Amino acid sequence: MNPNMKRLRRTMMFLNCQKPGLIKDPYIYKPDSIMLDLEDAVAEKEKDAARYSLYHALQEIDYRGVERVVRINGLDTDMWQEDVRASVAGGADAIRIPKTETAQDVKRVEAVVEAVEAEFGVVPGRTLIMAAIESAKGVMHAMEICEASPRLFGIALSGGDYTKDLQTNISGTGVELMGARQLMIIAARAAGVQCFDTVYTNLNDMEGFRKDVETIHQMGFDGKSIINPRQIAVVHEIYTPTPKDIIFAEKVVREIDDKKAKGIGVFTVDGKMIDIAFYDGAKRTIELAKASGVYKGEL
Amino acid sequence: MVIEKTSVAGTLESSDCMVTLEPGNGSVELELESPVIHQFGHQIRKVVLDTLEHLDVKDAKIRIVDKGALDCTIKARVECAVFRNVGKVRGLPWGGAIRK
Repeated sequence: MNPNMKRLRRTMMFLNCQKPGLIKDPYIYKPDSIMLDLEDAVAEKEKDAARYSLYHALQEIDYRGVERVVRINGLDTDMWQEDVRASVAGGADAIRIPKTETAQDVKRVEAVVEAVEAEFGVVPGRTLIMAAIESAKGVMHAMEICEASPRLFGIALSGGDYTKDLQTNISGTGVELMGARQLMIIAARAAGVQCFDTVYTNLNDMEGFRKDVETIHQMGFDGKSIINPRQIAVVHEIYTPTPKDIIFAEKVVREIDDKKAKGIGVFTVDGKMIDIAFYDGAKRTIELAKASGVYKGEL
Repeated sequence: MVIEKTSVAGTLESSDCMVTLEPGNGSVELELESPVIHQFGHQIRKVVLDTLEHLDVKDAKIRIVDKGALDCTIKARVECAVFRNVGKVRGLPWGGAIRK
């Protein structure tokens, strides 16, 4: 399995490949991933120009460990195959498929990625895929999309197009996104892949943004798409385990390891009933604490 | 590649450059305008000429108005102007004529 399948992806920052000033140094803001956009952000007559910028940025800019995902043009255009060629040849870490509605959409991209990796001598399986779901049909097919390819590391909700398809709009309360969010996180977890939330476009409402992130964090999402560097710190803060969470997770991991050796299945930690079902969650908290730079323990 | 018409790529925004490519008079003629011409003029010229050489462009007039573009942006804009000029948008030679 590609070791990057489960990497930390709390923040995915969209960057317009048409703008050299945006893609030259986004690593200074330390997002977990950047989303180099060839699709909606790029003007129709500049689609070709964005591709050359993308290729050279991927080849020549040291993004210092930040994951480089490319959003290609839609499968209903005549541009997406060349987008994949430029991305894979440049060494992109992953391709984001827009407007994914079926497993077949993922398989079409997977086949082209596979062929292009062979064309450019890229290690087979190096380029991962993620699927953006932007319609009611896509949401209803979330499970088959999640299971469509071993390269697919996750799915992402795209709220703007999705709410248009639902014949409503983004209200700021999140009520119109509830169903899609719930269905998608359940499908992603059932399939063992990651799940990412949509962008929050009102940059003047940081309090609303914080509440939105708290909601999706509680729902189980792995991270959020973002459109501005100042949103990064808020997301990372909310996704950083508290000292209390970390201490409890350490106790759970140690106690389960100890009790398992003694043949004990169920016991209590700090008055809470604990069994093996808590193990993975506790380990994940430790890993997240390590990734967030706040873990000082020895596990 | 043979340059038979005028093509343009890029913008005058910060960190970008505007490239104008026209048919030449038997060789490559480069005109450069840049706020950092005294520090980086030589390097910018080298990047432009190397890129044209990779693309096998031997006869063209090229004008660059630089606004502080990185080398990777200059290459991308020159390539864009060349491929727009010859009308090629698919099956591009990534890693071949288009390279670091």
